[in-house]
Amino acid sequence: MSRIETAFFEIGSLDTLAGGDTFVHRLDPRAKVVTTLIFICCVVSFQKYQLSALLPFFIFPAVLLTTAQLPVGFLLKKLLFVAPFAFFIGVFNPFFDQTILFHVGPVGISGGWVSFASIMLRFCLTISMALILIATTSFNGVCMALEKIGAPRVFTVQLLLLHRYLFVLVGEASRLVKARALRSFNGRGTGMTVFGHIVGQLLLRTLDRAQRIHLAMQCRGFTGEIHQMRLFRFGWHEFFFTLAWSAVFLILRFYNLSQLLGGFLLEFAQ
Amino acid sequence: MSHHIVAVKDLEYTYPDGTPAIQGVSFRITHGESVAIVGANGAGKSTLLMHLNGYLTPREGSVQVGDFPLTKATVSDVRRSVGMVFQDPDDQLFMPTVFDDVAFGPLNLGLPAEDVKVRVSDALSRMDVLHLKDRPPYKLSGGEKRAVAIAAVLSMSPDVLVMDEPTTGLDPRARRQLIAQLDSFQHTKIIATHDLDLVLDLCQRTIVIHAGKVMADGPTLEIFNDGKLLERCHLEKPLRLQGCPVCGRD
Amino acid sequence: MHMADALLTPAVGGTMWAATAGTIAYCSRKVKLEMDDSKVPLMGVLAAFIFAAQMINFTIPGTGSSGHLGGGMILAILLGPYAAFLAMASVLTVQALFFADGGLLALGCNIFNLGIFPCFIAYPLIYRPLVGESPSQRRIFLAAIVSAVFGLQLGAFGVVLETVLSGVSSLPFNTFVSLMQPIHLAIGIVEGLVTAAVVLFVWKARPEILKYADSARSLCGLSLKKVLVGLAIVTVVTGGSLSWFASANPDGLEWAILGVTGSEEVEEGESGLHAALAWLQECFAFLPDYGFAQPETSSEKVAEEAAEAWPAVDAGTSVSGLIGGIMTLALAALIGLLLKRRQRPQVG
Repeated sequence: MSRIETAFFEIGSLDTLAGGDTFVHRLDPRAKVVTTLIFICCVVSFQKYQLSALLPFFIFPAVLLTTAQLPVGFLLKKLLFVAPFAFFIGVFNPFFDQTILFHVGPVGISGGWVSFASIMLRFCLTISMALILIATTSFNGVCMALEKIGAPRVFTVQLLLLHRYLFVLVGEASRLVKARALRSFNGRGTGMTVFGHIVGQLLLRTLDRAQRIHLAMQCRGFTGEIHQMRLFRFGWHEFFFTLAWSAVFLILRFYNLSQLLGGFLLEFAQ
Repeated sequence: MSHHIVAVKDLEYTYPDGTPAIQGVSFRITHGESVAIVGANGAGKSTLLMHLNGYLTPREGSVQVGDFPLTKATVSDVRRSVGMVFQDPDDQLFMPTVFDDVAFGPLNLGLPAEDVKVRVSDALSRMDVLHLKDRPPYKLSGGEKRAVAIAAVLSMSPDVLVMDEPTTGLDPRARRQLIAQLDSFQHTKIIATHDLDLVLDLCQRTIVIHAGKVMADGPTLEIFNDGKLLERCHLEKPLRLQGCPVCGRD
Repeated sequence: MHMADALLTPAVGGTMWAATAGTIAYCSRKVKLEMDDSKVPLMGVLAAFIFAAQMINFTIPGTGSSGHLGGGMILAILLGPYAAFLAMASVLTVQALFFADGGLLALGCNIFNLGIFPCFIAYPLIYRPLVGESPSQRRIFLAAIVSAVFGLQLGAFGVVLETVLSGVSSLPFNTFVSLMQPIHLAIGIVEGLVTAAVVLFVWKARPEILKYADSARSLCGLSLKKVLVGLAIVTVVTGGSLSWFASANPDGLEWAILGVTGSEEVEEGESGLHAALAWLQECFAFLPDYGFAQPETSSEKVAEEAAEAWPAVDAGTSVSGLIGGIMTLALAALIGLLLKRRQRPQVG
């Protein structure tokens, strides 16, 4: 329970971050959504044993984090929080893939360890970008971008309503849970039957609320379409942002910058 | 503008399970009046309000708002002239930002973007909440939510304002401010509430409802001084009209 | 369990995205055609309810651990398949964006695994027939449990297939399946019990709500076949083409770029075709004994793969890669710091 509750506080703080006013925040959401998707595709398209070529990709989150003035610690913490699944699956690689790929001094490094590290790197890159996207764009912005890109209106409207009532319903649920905890002793009262009643109650209340919301919409002229005023513009800034970063990603994708730089340094040292 | 009339005649309503909710209610409210509808829990206030905005259409009796008798065909016209403020502002503020929410109604009326902007900022400034324009509704305090919910209704320029318990959940200061703001409106106001002190401040006329029937309809002060009537309807004199508990004086 | 970006290749992720996006578009049209505007707030608020309900947990008797409500089945029962799928898709989108569950590329997989299976397979093919025309307490109970278990098993199998097809993880198919399915059997039973408890509560308190979803049933029964067929076609076509891209040259993106620019290495095409055939062969063969990297049998293959991936596996390039990697990381951090310093005066 505490996990979910804190997670909801974090939704609030991500929304607060999205209220910032920097160059990145001001960009049209579409530019950010498209660039992020290209970034993710580039990152995951690497071979499973690739490590060094992935590292230069950190430049994108690093630049965005600083230009958008986001707190690094907060995002790192969120990253750690969701790491288990990728870790759980990836950690099997060293067991199943024991071919030695290369040696560092006397220690042989197996393919499994390399691909495990690669999975964790991919994980850091892709997840941190998803978080940065929402922290600079706001949920509302992402929804608008999705709609402009072609997502059906029914779907985006529903996403907005979900986000709006998340907080209201989570508040209700947490009050129910507290009320139950205060009157449950020795594990009695937290079983299935009571659970069914509580969730059922919450569901009925939710259905009533949906009806009231529908009424409130109708009272203000709702006939099935939700109109919103769009204040975004895809201008030169957006165009350059998307184009320049996509170019960077493609270059990094096809030229292993780490390898080149390292080779250059070694040569220089000799 | 004599057409801002709300007239209810012999209205009856029975719940689907057969429980009678409203049994022959009649009243007539004219332009610019400010009327309180008071009654105990379950007296039928909410059901009555549901008829005023066309959520329920009368099966027995009639409801007339302005020039339109309320029927399925006229519902949208009625809704345009009656602004309904809900008891729980969370039900009413469903859009992602305050601006979007207040613009929701005017955009549905099909107004051009420039007009919508003007209407939104007018409505928000009238409730002194223009600075909240870009905030998401879930980050507002109770008082702010209430103010925005009212602004969202004002932006449609309704002729009649119908409010359900406008002061629940407000702290004393927010309540006081809301009362002052409501008092400054020229609209015809219909307020359903338990807050009888609010009624003293805002409404010259009170309609008392009990068990689905109109028990009294007249000047507020006259009704509030009728202790027997109030008791019969499970109500109580507003605190300001009760004797002082310390010195015992009326 | 959520699929993660880190385990996916663009081909698999892209295929699932295409399938999911198609289904979202289809369901949106369906919901719109129903012309019931009260469904708009209902779907959004019920999706939020799924989150809220997940905060409420209960103790599983005898184990001391706790369970909570899953999403897809209860939504399907309350809303009917189309609206439920959209609501579930939005739940997962919010999870991907705010809780970083899985990531954006994996979102397609997750919506497929946790949305399509319960809404378009478990609900119409198991729940509805089991509940029948005249629902009773026992029927609802049984139907909810069986359909929840079945839906979740399919979802878990989806995760396994997507992971194994991507090949980023070295987990052999057999091991992964025998790991995932039993875990999800347990989770599915718990989820089924919970779904049953909630549905029964609603059925007793306000039976008309469940009838509401039923009324949409004729609609769903009529075109379910179309949905499935359409889905299959979309999956096969996009999957086929994308994976051909992907396997023609293991890097799909590289291949595409080369194809567009039309430059260098024409002989790549031949080996590309070969690789595609090999991939097909693998696909057909993987059920009996598809082990990616079982050390004894296929170490050569791994070595081959490794050699391909790591252009020259000798100490020299590895070290240069390592040094260079650290350098670029430092560079990225430095650029970040510089940008930050430049910004301070503006802020202060």
